[in-house]
Amino acid sequence: MKSSVIIFPGSNCDRDMDVALKKFGFENQMIWHNDAKIPKSDLIVLPGGFSYGDYLRCGSIAGKSRIIKSVIDFANSGGLVLGICNGFQILTETGLLPGILQQNKYLNFICKNVFVKIKNKENKYFKKIKKEVLELHIAHNEGNYFCSNDELKSIEDNGQIAVTYCDHKGNDDEKNNPNGALKNIAGIFNKDKNILGMMPHPERMIDPFLSGEDGSLFFENLIESL
Amino acid sequence: MVEVNEKIAIEHGLKSDEYKKICNLLKRTPNITELGVFSAMWNEHCSYKSSRRHLKKLHTKGDQVIQGPGENAGVVDIEDDDAIVFKIESHNHPSFIEPYQGAATGVGGIMRDVFTMGARPIANLNSIHFGSPDHEKTRNLLRGVVKGIGGYGNCIGVPTIAGQTCFDESYNGNILVNAMTLGLVNKNKIFYSKAAGINKPVIYVGSKTGRDGIHGASMASAIFDDKIEEKKPTVQVGDPFTEKLLLEACLELMAGKSIISIQDMGAAGLTSSSIEMASKGDLGIEIDLTKVPCREENMTPYEIMLSESQERMLIVLEEGKENEAKKIFDKWNLDFAVIGKTTNSKNIELFFKNEKVAEIPIDFLAENAPMYDRKWIKAKLPKENNFSKEQFKSLKLGHCLKKILIDPNIADKEWIWDQYDHTVMGDTIQKPGGNAGVVRVHGTNKAVAASVDSSATYCHAHPLTGGKQVVCESWRNMIAVGAKPIAITNCLNFGNPEKEKNMGEFVECVEGITEASKYLNYPVVSGNVSFYNETKDKGIKPTPSIGGIGLLSDYKKMMTMELKNEGNYLLVIGKTEGHLDQSVFARNILSEFNGPPPEVNLFNEKQNGMSVLNLKNKNLIETCHDVSLGGILTAISKMSIKSGKGVKLFPLEGLVNKFEYFFGEDQGRYVIEIKPENLEKVENILKKDSIHFDKLGLVEGDKIALENDIKLSIDDIKEGYKKWLKEYMVN
Repeated sequence: MKSSVIIFPGSNCDRDMDVALKKFGFENQMIWHNDAKIPKSDLIVLPGGFSYGDYLRCGSIAGKSRIIKSVIDFANSGGLVLGICNGFQILTETGLLPGILQQNKYLNFICKNVFVKIKNKENKYFKKIKKEVLELHIAHNEGNYFCSNDELKSIEDNGQIAVTYCDHKGNDDEKNNPNGALKNIAGIFNKDKNILGMMPHPERMIDPFLSGEDGSLFFENLIESL
Repeated sequence: MVEVNEKIAIEHGLKSDEYKKICNLLKRTPNITELGVFSAMWNEHCSYKSSRRHLKKLHTKGDQVIQGPGENAGVVDIEDDDAIVFKIESHNHPSFIEPYQGAATGVGGIMRDVFTMGARPIANLNSIHFGSPDHEKTRNLLRGVVKGIGGYGNCIGVPTIAGQTCFDESYNGNILVNAMTLGLVNKNKIFYSKAAGINKPVIYVGSKTGRDGIHGASMASAIFDDKIEEKKPTVQVGDPFTEKLLLEACLELMAGKSIISIQDMGAAGLTSSSIEMASKGDLGIEIDLTKVPCREENMTPYEIMLSESQERMLIVLEEGKENEAKKIFDKWNLDFAVIGKTTNSKNIELFFKNEKVAEIPIDFLAENAPMYDRKWIKAKLPKENNFSKEQFKSLKLGHCLKKILIDPNIADKEWIWDQYDHTVMGDTIQKPGGNAGVVRVHGTNKAVAASVDSSATYCHAHPLTGGKQVVCESWRNMIAVGAKPIAITNCLNFGNPEKEKNMGEFVECVEGITEASKYLNYPVVSGNVSFYNETKDKGIKPTPSIGGIGLLSDYKKMMTMELKNEGNYLLVIGKTEGHLDQSVFARNILSEFNGPPPEVNLFNEKQNGMSVLNLKNKNLIETCHDVSLGGILTAISKMSIKSGKGVKLFPLEGLVNKFEYFFGEDQGRYVIEIKPENLEKVENILKKDSIHFDKLGLVEGDKIALENDIKLSIDDIKEGYKKWLKEYMVN
């Protein structure tokens, strides 16, 4: 399986993602933001970081970068596009995913382990994961998901909510909401479920000596489903 | 142009006799640009004029040392061609005036020092000191500093893995922000700042030069007064995005062979970077200031030379490599300009619009910089307190413990480190909040441990003992995660060196640091000095911060402080004499602020530490935590809180009373957890090595319990400990 990780100036989880993808069997290549084309890939990943310094608005300049047209074309033709953290922000800026990511409710950067509940397994990203609740890691300042009532209704009706923040038992209530996200949303799909944006970083949870290992489940499923 | 005279020189922070020395050396009056250059190079921050003669005494050698003090950062060998580049630096004065930018640019500056040497930064740490929590400025300063450190480090994508936060009223008018960075480099590919060869192109890369930070280094060499707000424009503004680009571009250029020498523009900007490169190479340097990329219009040579705009580097390249280098910086969208060349004149010559605007022999600025032998007085060891039985009579162990756990210097600091990205780069195997932070050396079985420590209270009570103690504490933190201690970097924060008492504190702390680091083979390889931490005649307590690093050859054998299994034994390694003077207990419970700090016995320190490492290498230790502030009961409380497991304490033997035993701050001690089946073996080894140990108790249940005395549930002690800082910051 071939994957491509896009490097924007200011990306800083590109290497971590590269390490994770290779560990689970992807043949990964790194693509520079100023390239015109993406080589043939089964998966494109927009990594975390601070693309273009996150100036103007998180992800907004990256959403207009040279490479992004190829990403949009690839996504529109049904290709798998995964955006983690800043990558999620970029995907909302391009319009590939609905809604926006605002500054965290308590106005602080948050770096810690969280639990997320898988809300929809009818897709390649979560299909074969046996657990219902994953322990993942977040590290962001703007992860407070928001969208209009109409958009919310539409994403709920279409099963587009991918993961929600919860406790270890899967209670995704306001008590277990680290950043103020609407409906505890930690990640969403597009209508066709080939695009996933999420704030938590599975690539930081792939080893028992790190914060945990549930990220491994995510990548194992991904390579198997493709 | 401004006419230079003594009054203007004094406004530049020079003393009257220093100005006379300049005129004598030049045999003429300097022009304003030259005066600016002298003032930047001769201030305390750049010249170390009060500290130099004492710093020479530091222990800086060892088989593990590749580069000691004098470069951008120190370098130590961690085997297999890998080396760690590391340094700690202060950004105290700017952080008090403008906490966010001051702290952010402190982090940016220290990271540049590290990647200038060819290393990729792999971990950040910090030591921050604030005034009393009741002081009106403390909360906002703390919030701003934490946001600044996070804002910069998080954006670059380097994990902040450990740190230290202290509160004491002596910092009410002068907070301390010390930032430390570790980088990883191949030991055969280290870059230095020494220029070599003449007619080599001098390259400017990075951000454009603006008017920010002019005289920053001079400000850092002065005491504060009421007009401190007016100094705001001298604080630099950071742009971590540009730094990230600069980091990647520099490392890309360094992969080739075109760089002769490289130096970041830190304090005193273009002035000190160009002069240091030329001075180390025994060369001259010629710069055309018209070619320096400027952000603002009509900048004068004086302003260009003294600007402390961030994210800039100066490089001496091999001839003919300019285009190759420029391509890389173009790719990363950074400014690149050939601004001059090396010469054999041994002068710095500055041109602007085809006119020579300054010419100074480099010797005058570097070697001939003033060096003072300031007067100092030796501190006496304070008399010990004799606490009477009466003083302990009405005290309850549990009540004392709870009070100690909410002491601002002991309470949990999660509110702070949750705001730092401590997991990016995917190699953090011990997060903030433990004995030390630990990161793996990417792609190997090795890991590097790092911590920052300071003990201003002890240093204040007796500087010589305090200096020794803080090195030992750092050493102990390395041992407690199972790492072999390698080397340290020191950030020496003191008051006004022109006062004999302050100078004495400095001299004796340095003496203590030297004695301990020599004995423990824990050399100092880098650091900086920050004097004049004083506002309106009130100085800070002497605060040397020690950043230590250690090596784990197998990261899977790392130790943590979480209690592991029910029924395991807890031992205390090292003798508990019950030293309460200068302890958290004495201050909080007995309201006693005088007395000597705990004695440091280097022999025992080393024996105890080596013995713990030995047991760990034999896989006989399950958990380890060093005993520091708050003594044994505080240490095991933290271990219990982290793991959710209780401790059943054995009845005390010996002569010291329970308060002395549980809260005494004697040095050189560790709490270790041992499996029952290993107990006899461990006891035999310790006896054979003549190591003193006490059997403290068992891991049991969910309470900390002592028969006929305390029975505290972990939730009960956890609440205050975890909540203090969070509640403080919300109010």
